[in-house]
Amino acid sequence: MGTGRAAFILLGKELRTELRARELLNATIMFGLVVVVLFSFAFDPTAAESRRYGPGLLWIAFLFAGSLMLHPSFAREQANDTLSALRLAPISSFAILLGKMFANLIFMSLAEIVLVPVFAVLYNVSLAGVVGRLIAILLLGTLGLVVTGTVFSAISAHARMRELLLPLLLFPILVPLLIAAVEATSALFAEQPALDRTWISFLAGFDIVFLTAAWLLCDYLFEE
Amino acid sequence: MKRALASAFIVAVLIGLAGYAALFIAPDERTMHEIQRIFYFHLACWIAMFSAFSLVFIANIAYLATRQPQWDWLGVAGAEVGVVCCTGGLITGPLWAHPVWGIWWTWDARLTTTFILWLLYISYLLLRGLLEEPQRRAALSAVFGIFAFLDVPMVYMSNRLWRTQHPQPVILGGSGSGLDPTMGKVLLLCVVALLGVMILVLVDRYRLERLRHEFEELRQEVESRRVESQSTFREGRT
Repeated sequence: MGTGRAAFILLGKELRTELRARELLNATIMFGLVVVVLFSFAFDPTAAESRRYGPGLLWIAFLFAGSLMLHPSFAREQANDTLSALRLAPISSFAILLGKMFANLIFMSLAEIVLVPVFAVLYNVSLAGVVGRLIAILLLGTLGLVVTGTVFSAISAHARMRELLLPLLLFPILVPLLIAAVEATSALFAEQPALDRTWISFLAGFDIVFLTAAWLLCDYLFEE
Repeated sequence: MKRALASAFIVAVLIGLAGYAALFIAPDERTMHEIQRIFYFHLACWIAMFSAFSLVFIANIAYLATRQPQWDWLGVAGAEVGVVCCTGGLITGPLWAHPVWGIWWTWDARLTTTFILWLLYISYLLLRGLLEEPQRRAALSAVFGIFAFLDVPMVYMSNRLWRTQHPQPVILGGSGSGLDPTMGKVLLLCVVALLGVMILVLVDRYRLERLRHEFEELRQEVESRRVESQSTFREGRT
């Protein structure tokens, strides 16, 4: 079976599993909300300050919520040893990884669709006229988060203390992504909203490099 | 045994000479005077760290390509030694910075990258500690090690791009710009001495990992024979 088709089928399985219970999605969105609200107590945001610190706190909220959401990606497969079943199927390991990456991308995007308007409302940031470009930045940034996060979820699923291990592995790796995403978002929230080409290309480069690394190394993730 | 003692002795002598040279032979620096002498070990720490982490990267790729456990041992030895050298550099840096710049730390590209590098390889060691089965541990930590190494140039680039857009503290006296020849020789001596220490500790750690591996194999052999003999005994055979 081709990689694409296998990944698509796995994506369907992931979506069906999640949308039946929906506990992970709800928890992720709530956690993101809590982080966003907590930040408002850490500093008192006036309009100007919101525009300066807003993008940073938005992306940190995404990183925290994301690391929480990415962990069950492979941890779930440990319970009934369904990972062995996946590996026995006549599909490539990259298909397994791709299916889960796309599923995580969709979940994160759903969380972001809820969190971004809430953020805009709570911090009095206007999203008028920048929605399209914001979606582009969110997509590239979330893709980087999801690609590395899914790989590290596969790695930490075999370890002890895996809930703590995943953020520990993920956050240092994501520092360039955080910088690029925050800077690109800041450029959009500025007085003259503009799409910063440097940072967008950087984000795209980050995604490509780690997706390629994941493709080259995926077999080693799933062996016994 | 004799070779190990001899090399340890040579390295000890080198370090002693290097310390003496750094403190007494190197000429006095014009603006910073005494505190500048820490620079010899500071730069040596970075060079040792960089060599150690490059070795880890090579070991990770080699392990995944060949599956020989020797590369895994080299990887963990290199990572531990690299983290220690990095810690040394991160401590000597602020010790130097405070009298000279007036601040302990600044978030410029090089320092931030080094700090993230330190965090990444500590995570690498933590990951190894939390994975139990040896072959899986070797494979998974190799994958993480490769990801970590790929990330480092990106951290540097993103910080460079970012920090140039923000105002920075004025940093005086770039290292290595027109170095006095005596200073250059002392620097070389310190780098060689510290590299010697690094290699010595690395080889020792590699040996320790190899011994652990052999011990584990022996233990499994004993365990399987014990189980075998128990089952034959139960079946009434001798």
